[in-house]
Amino acid sequence: MATVALPRSNSSSVGLFREPAMLVPVVGAGVLIYLAVLPLLMLIIGSFQAEVAPREFVFTLKNYQNAYASQYTYSTFKNSLIFASGSAGLSFILGTLLAWLTERTNTPLRAIFVPLAVVPLILPGVLESIAWIFLLSPKFGYLNVWLMSLFGLQSAPFNVFSLPGMIWVHSVGQVPLAFLMMVAAFKSMDPSLEESAMMSGANTWQTFRRVTLRLLLPTAGSVLLILFVRTLESFETPALIGIPARIYVYTSEIYLAFNEYPPDYGRGGALAVGLLLLSAVGVWLYRRSTREGKKFQTVTGKAFRPRQFDLGPWRWVGLTFLLGYFIFVVLMPFLVLFWASFLPFFAAPSWDAIQKLSLDNYRYLSSFRPFWEAMKNSIILATLTASIAMILTSLVAWIVYKSKLRGAWVLDFLAFVPITIPGIVMGMALILLYVAFPIPIYGTIWVLLIAYVTRFIPYGMRAASGSIMQIHSELEEAAAASGASWWETFRRVTLPLLRPGFAAGWMYICIVSFREFSTSVLLATGESRVLSILLFTMFEQGQVTIVAAIGMLMILTLLIIVALFQKISGRVGIQT
Amino acid sequence: MIEVKSLVKIYADGNSAGVKAVNEVSFKVEEGRFYTLLGPSGCGKTTTLRCIAGLERADEGEIIVAGNKVFSASTGTFVPAYRRPIGMVIQSYAIWPHLSVFENVAFPLRVGKQRFSNNDIKTKVAKALEQVELADYGERMATQLSGGQQQRLALARALVREPQVLLLDEPLSNLDAKLRERMRVELRELQRRLRITTLYVTHDQIEALSMSNQIAVMNAGVIVQEGGPRDIYLQPKSKFVANFIGSTNQLPGQISKVNSDGTGVVRTDVGELSCELLSGLLIGAKVVVVIRPESVILHQNKPIQDANVVEAKIGAAMFLGEYLECTIECGSHVLQTHQHYALQVRRGDPVWIDLPAGECMALPVD
Repeated sequence: MATVALPRSNSSSVGLFREPAMLVPVVGAGVLIYLAVLPLLMLIIGSFQAEVAPREFVFTLKNYQNAYASQYTYSTFKNSLIFASGSAGLSFILGTLLAWLTERTNTPLRAIFVPLAVVPLILPGVLESIAWIFLLSPKFGYLNVWLMSLFGLQSAPFNVFSLPGMIWVHSVGQVPLAFLMMVAAFKSMDPSLEESAMMSGANTWQTFRRVTLRLLLPTAGSVLLILFVRTLESFETPALIGIPARIYVYTSEIYLAFNEYPPDYGRGGALAVGLLLLSAVGVWLYRRSTREGKKFQTVTGKAFRPRQFDLGPWRWVGLTFLLGYFIFVVLMPFLVLFWASFLPFFAAPSWDAIQKLSLDNYRYLSSFRPFWEAMKNSIILATLTASIAMILTSLVAWIVYKSKLRGAWVLDFLAFVPITIPGIVMGMALILLYVAFPIPIYGTIWVLLIAYVTRFIPYGMRAASGSIMQIHSELEEAAAASGASWWETFRRVTLPLLRPGFAAGWMYICIVSFREFSTSVLLATGESRVLSILLFTMFEQGQVTIVAAIGMLMILTLLIIVALFQKISGRVGIQT
Repeated sequence: MIEVKSLVKIYADGNSAGVKAVNEVSFKVEEGRFYTLLGPSGCGKTTTLRCIAGLERADEGEIIVAGNKVFSASTGTFVPAYRRPIGMVIQSYAIWPHLSVFENVAFPLRVGKQRFSNNDIKTKVAKALEQVELADYGERMATQLSGGQQQRLALARALVREPQVLLLDEPLSNLDAKLRERMRVELRELQRRLRITTLYVTHDQIEALSMSNQIAVMNAGVIVQEGGPRDIYLQPKSKFVANFIGSTNQLPGQISKVNSDGTGVVRTDVGELSCELLSGLLIGAKVVVVIRPESVILHQNKPIQDANVVEAKIGAAMFLGEYLECTIECGSHVLQTHQHYALQVRRGDPVWIDLPAGECMALPVD
């Protein structure tokens, strides 16, 4: 992309450090290497090392032997594979069906289901798992209890503590992602391709099968792949459901290696390297398949009036599905948490239980210090992570897309690397780095801040680069011609123009940081505990109704953050 | 072959009444004819075509294709698109990127009600591809074809089922100028050879004039004039048609005399002009006299006869190769004219322009 090697200034007397356009890329590269590359390096070195933070490096393959040649290796591998492919498949099917019904058919009331389908995004993964345990636990799950009394069953029809249970819970949490990706795919499809099939004599079903589905194949492949990788990297369901059920996947093995006494950092590191490789291959395949997909591209930039399939009487089946999905999958987890948060102990809805409802859990929390500390940590971390990541990525995106510096793509690459790092691998890498590192931040929230910023840089990059590419260079050149220095130009012209992308990215990173679990689970200890970790530990201790109350407050906080942000950004004229 | 009766199509626009994209449109296309709906974008021509194809459902009226009622609002008849004996080509061609050239053309044979053996499919596809001169391209992926080839592929796909009616929705607009000119001739030849009833939609007057047997000019959802290419061009019945088909000069005036043979005299700012009158115009009516740029005759010396001759001077002269585009100022009016390229004039030169009575047309002020 770059043809000119020099920064914009043509004055040769300007030194390196008086020309920020030169200084900024160097600093940016340094920061990215420190954040993204150093931990991975430490992880890889650590996995070949005999002991943690040794005085001298002793090379060994023992860790890999421990990690991959044990009797559990095969079952872990098998479980991971079934869990990931099952979840990818199920969430893909549900997401595609929702997207198709709402976007491309004449199902009644479909418009109101579009926002509803993404509501589960506000529910943190830990809470999603907890809510489904409340519903589907074989001992006390509401749905099981109801079905048993309704049909006079002897045993619970569902057991969430199983591989299918894990697949279901994780899939349900991932459906919004699949839904959004498939909606985009359906929206960008040229309806005239389908109309031509109709004009060639193909009926609705033939058109759908021979044209619509076939055209969606490349997109479907890449969506499935990304869902697969994300499931492989996830730890919420494996931690809350898998570990009690003794169904271990890669992420839980890493966690357990760290949690045994004494912690086996070496084995954890070796497992983490394996997971990292798997994830990197997945991401690489995804990038390749989306690039290949270009030749199938059906987007022409024309404004489409998407064609709606007439389902005939089947549209009522569609509506039933949408309603059922909304009630059972979207609404019920919220309701069950809400209900449980007012109970002294877990009980099914009944007249008895209703009389026991009280605000005691909330009253207890109001004076429960660990809760307030975790709340404070979570809020500080979410806002700081979002701000730092967005400022950093705005600068990097500017350098990559605007500066015409040779080698700017290196920055782009560095900023993309973290997307391949699974959360728990990031945690493992940072432990290995900061246990050995002279800076005493291990055990504080600052190590979490570093982890979050690193992990969410790719999201920030996507938001920032999208809007930075839309800013014409002339606008910045005009500022320079008016006598503004590089920094003045960036601050007064570029940043304000970046606002929409900046705001959207900030928002997204804030939410994902607030609900982050899989990195925090290794890094957040004692005083650096965040809400998701507090939920996890208290749930393990069996204080389930208090956990439900914390969950409700967590959702409430998320909603407040979203609302506040929208109000502020509305006032300064940001459209997200 | 195609009969459209009082077709109405309403689009919701937030108002309760909606917008009538097509308003009481009626026309008839005889078998084997090439019929064109011509009009600016948004005039309802494409909507009309899509209603005939069955891609839109009209709100009122009736559509008969090849003797079958495919749509009738009064009886609630609506034959779905895939059951109508129609082939269609649209502006973007909509070539399926996941199929080869052969499979794109074979598609209608594979999905239709009537089943064909593999051999039949092979022969029919080969024939269709040959018709559009794509015989050697069968095994290519459709996306590897150039724009002009994709256009012909779309045509082959539309023809392979041997439909009784061919619908063409601006099929040439995506081609570059040279190719468009060639395809115009080829398309016209093909239609004549196959004698297939064709309904063509375009905003391009040259396409309409050069290809059609019959043209319907549409504006704001209604057909404003229907007729052969010559009638439409030479005898526009309204200012809109005169303006839309080719460029015209307009001189406002008032009718001062009506003759029994359909001619008359109009008093304008530049003097009295004898001209053809649109029937029904009476003395005293306010009109515009329209005349095509190529009909204006220019004299550098005062001609002997002085009927319909006006004294003027040269405004600007632009050499365009084929002709000289010459604007002429007479009084406060500026006329566009096309003159022979060899004419030597300069700004301000005095000239006399002759507006032949047979080429001047008085139309009512809308």
